[in-house]
Amino acid sequence: MDLYTSGDPIADTRAPDGPIETRWDRHRFEMKLVNPANRRKMTVIVVGTGLAGGSAAATLAEQGYRVRSYCYQDSPRRAHSIAAQGGINAAKNYRNDGDSVHRLFYDTVKGGDFRSRESNVHRLAEVSVNIIDQCVAQGVPFAREYGGLLDTRSFGGAQVQRTFYARGQTGQQLLLGAYQALERQIGLGNVEMNARHEMLELVIVDGRARGIVVRDMVTGEISTEMADAVVLASGGYGNVFYLSTNAKGCNVTASWRAHRKGAYFANPCYTQIHPTCIPVSGDHQSKLTLMSESLRNDGRVWVPKAKGDQRSPRDIPEDERDYYLERIYPSFGNLVPRDIASRAAKNVCDEGRGVGPTGLGVYLDFADAINRLGRKAIEAKYGNLFEMYERITGEDPYEVPMRIYPAVHYTMGGLWVDYDLQSSIPGLFVIGEANFSDHGANRLGASALMQGLADGYFVLPNTLANYLASGPLDQVDASHPEAVAARTDVEERIKRLLAINGDRTVDSFHRELGQIMWEHCGMERSEAGLRKAIDEIRSLREQFWQRVRVPGDGEGLNQSLEKAGRVADFFELAELMCIDALHREESCGGHFRAEYQTPDGEAQRDDDRFAYVAAWEYTGTGEPVLHKEDLTFEYVHPTQRSYK
Amino acid sequence: MNLTLRIWRQHGPEDKGRMVTYPVQDVSPDMSFLEMLDVLNERLILDGEEPVAFDHDCREGICGACSLMINGEAHGPQRGTTACQLHMRQFSDGDTIDIEPWRARAFPVVKDLVVNRNAFDQIIAAGGYVTAPTGSAPEAHSVPVPKADADAAFSSAACIGCGACVAACPNGSGMLFTAAKITQLSLLPQGQPERYTRVIGMVDAHDEAGFGGCTNVGECASACPKGIPLNTIGRLNRDYLKATAKRSGTPGS
Repeated sequence: MDLYTSGDPIADTRAPDGPIETRWDRHRFEMKLVNPANRRKMTVIVVGTGLAGGSAAATLAEQGYRVRSYCYQDSPRRAHSIAAQGGINAAKNYRNDGDSVHRLFYDTVKGGDFRSRESNVHRLAEVSVNIIDQCVAQGVPFAREYGGLLDTRSFGGAQVQRTFYARGQTGQQLLLGAYQALERQIGLGNVEMNARHEMLELVIVDGRARGIVVRDMVTGEISTEMADAVVLASGGYGNVFYLSTNAKGCNVTASWRAHRKGAYFANPCYTQIHPTCIPVSGDHQSKLTLMSESLRNDGRVWVPKAKGDQRSPRDIPEDERDYYLERIYPSFGNLVPRDIASRAAKNVCDEGRGVGPTGLGVYLDFADAINRLGRKAIEAKYGNLFEMYERITGEDPYEVPMRIYPAVHYTMGGLWVDYDLQSSIPGLFVIGEANFSDHGANRLGASALMQGLADGYFVLPNTLANYLASGPLDQVDASHPEAVAARTDVEERIKRLLAINGDRTVDSFHRELGQIMWEHCGMERSEAGLRKAIDEIRSLREQFWQRVRVPGDGEGLNQSLEKAGRVADFFELAELMCIDALHREESCGGHFRAEYQTPDGEAQRDDDRFAYVAAWEYTGTGEPVLHKEDLTFEYVHPTQRSYK
Repeated sequence: MNLTLRIWRQHGPEDKGRMVTYPVQDVSPDMSFLEMLDVLNERLILDGEEPVAFDHDCREGICGACSLMINGEAHGPQRGTTACQLHMRQFSDGDTIDIEPWRARAFPVVKDLVVNRNAFDQIIAAGGYVTAPTGSAPEAHSVPVPKADADAAFSSAACIGCGACVAACPNGSGMLFTAAKITQLSLLPQGQPERYTRVIGMVDAHDEAGFGGCTNVGECASACPKGIPLNTIGRLNRDYLKATAKRSGTPGS
């Protein structure tokens, strides 16, 4: 194709072999350790304080390393993991319903539409059980049964009840557990916490990641921090779509700066569109709000059978409603995986059967569940979600069915990492949503929290030690020419953004970029649309650098400047996402190409041509280089996913 | 609808600060309060003025970043609602709305409506945790927790650390925030070993950070967007009393 060039294949040289159940244990044994006395001499930078970054920083500090932690929020407790509602999966099999490590592994590989690595996913399933133990020990108030034991519920894409939860605020409670462990280490002097600091560049010395350039968002001061290793836990890039369920500050800058310095970016086109979000209400919309997937346990999704039916939902009789998920997917019904539920909603709306003022919505109806279980039981399970819905829409979901529509929620793609979670730059590790590793082309519900904590508590602290044990590295400080150059780049870039002084705001560009991406690189993609998107992105990016207006200066708190830097990076990422989506001539998971579907409209994979990870190398010429990492499946045989 | 906003503008910590009036037109009732401020800021930027700085992030009422005093009420007029979840249908055409930052000695203003709440993190660092290093945990089901205790612990754990309690308190006290964490951990078996050292450490850190003392006014609980009840402070006081009595005693007393 004309938009990229093909490079050498890439291999995960750290991937273990042998029976899959023994790989992680054996790998852990084979890795080198760092003597506790030496750990005190080593500094690790961790960027981001969500589930992955918070748990990693706390654990590394407990182990004796000197940790420097950074977040853009005013407190590490506010990282966006806090907003995860539904729950966390773990193969505890407390329900005796046939769950096991192997089944969680199987469900995750299948749910990811056979585009993830078996070894990674198996390790994730193994450590899932340790996560629950760890969180309970920290005082995380999980939901419990009357006998005092932990309660679980089921989630999309699974037929067992393996999801642990804390009402509709599981992410909050897990994050506060990690945050409190982190604060303990801060109090003990083992972690230097830098809130309201944003990483703007990566420093590479002798081919290894050795530091970062950060901006103090309060004083505007730019500084260079050096270390023995750098860990990015900076989250996903869903805000490239402008409207998403991500927090307003979520951004790709840390990852993208590392990519520009040589870290490969893997599978950027794999984005998850969540089926149950509150529909857009107008042009002023600044973000979208998720209604937890757990609602699909008791809510039934439907639209009117007739096009353009304007009646109030309660006036539409049963036989004139189409419970389309139950009809098309009788065995999973309302609990089909997210990508399938989202596309089905889009399809019925495209047919003209959508509901609400914009026609872009479907009903999620609790009337049956309220009749069956009583209003009290529904209140206990979902009370806070129902209240949130009412605050936003002004409608009472106990009386009127909720209206929902899909929205961008999570990004499976991210920086390429090997089995040790190390990127293609030695010494740069990437954990949580920021990496690409475990979810393939589609993430199952309640698996993001599992992966973030697995990486931070249990995987990285082992694999990072193996890297550090190969040291000691040469001492370098901020006066090293590479560090000075990185810092100069940051300062120049800020000056350039402030100097444009054009006639459009940062948000107006971001909104327009988001519309292009949602239209052409959202729930359904096509060759023509993607090519159009790439042209539009390029011309809009040019406009951005000529016409954006960033008021104020770089000397103090300047929220427009922060946004401008992030949007500039989103422009570059957006183009790579479209190129990735264009080159992947198949449909899989969250990537649906209109040209590649089965006769009944399901995603049509092409395993012969595309059973690989697409790892993109930045070149600076606008033409990235594609490196393919082949995926092999020994334990879960790729099949056409069927949830019928 | 058309509104008149009176907003606190302050260039930086050293600036004295002032209220500035901004008319806004054509506000949709479906907008959130922060979206209304977004619209104002877009206009200010194009008019060559500095936009109003305010903290916000998730806009779902859970991260605790937003921190606006709206018409003298922390997070505005709707009970149990953060400023980001407040929607303009709560206001009427022609209203004048005053918007100010949290005002408390322990939360100095950074710029405009943005304050520094680092003092809350210091309170947590002084004991708001269970010491459970990674990997040391026993099997999760080895200690059952009565459902009532788990539910009550959750209710206190729902605190989002926004600081509305401090802003609403005439003394600028952070006792409701501190008590919420004390209550959560003291209700769970995992929190027992450090129960009494925790309360002393956290209360000391609270006082050192410059928060005022609690005189049971109760404004904190009515301002709390997550409904943390006032009686959590009673629980803190009971634990604090026991802890001070134990401090000079021997282990196990």
